[in-house]
Amino acid sequence: MKTSFYEMHKSLNAKIVDFHGWEMPLQYSGIIDEHVNVRKNVGLFDVSHMGRFTIKGPNAYESVQKLVTNDISKLGDSHGLYSPMCYETGGIVDDIIVFRINREYFLLVVNASNREKDLGWIVLHSQLANIENISDKIALLALQGPFAREALQRMVESNLDLLKPFDIITSNIFGTECLISRTGYTGEDGFEIFFDSSKAEIWDKIMQSASRFNIKAVGLGARDTLRLEAGLMLYGSDIDENTTPLEAPLKWTVKFEKEFIGKKAIMNQKVTRKLVGFEILEGRIARHGNKVLINELVSGVVTSGSFSPTFKKSIGFCFVPPQMLQDQLIEIEIGDKLYKAKICSTRFYKRA
Amino acid sequence: MAEEIRFSKEHEWAVIREGLAVIGISDFAQKQLGDIVSIELPKIGNKFKQMQTMAIVDSIKASSDIFCPISGEIVEINEGLLEHPEWVNQSPYELGWMVKIKPSNIKEFDNMMTKEQYESFIGK
Repeated sequence: MKTSFYEMHKSLNAKIVDFHGWEMPLQYSGIIDEHVNVRKNVGLFDVSHMGRFTIKGPNAYESVQKLVTNDISKLGDSHGLYSPMCYETGGIVDDIIVFRINREYFLLVVNASNREKDLGWIVLHSQLANIENISDKIALLALQGPFAREALQRMVESNLDLLKPFDIITSNIFGTECLISRTGYTGEDGFEIFFDSSKAEIWDKIMQSASRFNIKAVGLGARDTLRLEAGLMLYGSDIDENTTPLEAPLKWTVKFEKEFIGKKAIMNQKVTRKLVGFEILEGRIARHGNKVLINELVSGVVTSGSFSPTFKKSIGFCFVPPQMLQDQLIEIEIGDKLYKAKICSTRFYKRA
Repeated sequence: MAEEIRFSKEHEWAVIREGLAVIGISDFAQKQLGDIVSIELPKIGNKFKQMQTMAIVDSIKASSDIFCPISGEIVEINEGLLEHPEWVNQSPYELGWMVKIKPSNIKEFDNMMTKEQYESFIGK
């Protein structure tokens, strides 16, 4: 499958890879170059492969509230939040963004890899609401970086200063109606822009308009290193149907004062592992699946590993026993060798 | 480069300089790998048979074995790469050389692909 912007990626000489059935840009100028540019200036991402569903009707609120572990009762119109969506077992179906447009209209953004699964799950558990899969008719671009606000302000009429993190507004960009949310997956300030997928020319218009801010197109490679530095989970690597939010650093998204699918299992869970950050002190890059050893015993597994272009270090996430503390040493098996690593927070990067 | 360069099917290159084979990876290979962020080189004195793994290159997305295209003993390594793995991207045939090998069978060099053969091999 291809997004509306496939031809733009080709014309920018992107290296195209298959991502869960989508032909997506892995990189354009290079992963490190794109990564650094998002931290320093601004980058444009095609994230139209992500799933987007609307849930509408008088029962929309109750349906969504039941589906997610986070609490949408405090969510006003035009606000959003991040939340896992769990099975009865407490395992994670997906981690999603929920926007409340109004009490009878919610917009959900889900992982590309989980589109069909999520739609089935949501339909099954919100039978009284009206669910529509708008993924193919709506394009989604992310504009991320310290100059994202200044750059986007030149393209839209709405005052973006009024848009706080996780807010969403109706606006228009180059004359096309759109939704703009102040969200992203990079650890930087930034926006996601939803508009009619037939308006592919908006990609070029954004690139041109933001050229004075040194905008660059950013592929999935840098998207992964950016989110890793920012401590953001990747479904399928760090979290999955066998992981609960309490094992991942997502306890803050679980609200036991409300009802949700999986609540009982999660409340009663004895946590036997937790996901932490690590930094390899010297040597190679860890990859998903590498073993973690503590006192020569296999005690966990790497879920994500890469090179941090910001800190120029080998970093990642891994599961370890829950009693492990920050700064404790572990060993990671890469190939047939062991490399010393130090446990640290999953949030390697916090923007100033 | 005045000397003759040869290539392996695994995208290593070799030139013979003062009786030693200087080994690195091709420009095509470094482009395929993308940003290289860590390199593990063999130790001086290590001996390899042709096409044994002698080094490992980590790019951001993947780890790749580097094969020894010519049997022999490692007599020198490019220690600069440990600090500057990006040299392999920036200058695969000059700054980015990896090891020097004392070849045990120079015929193996003669059997490697010429520049023209390699270019047609990678579909250039």
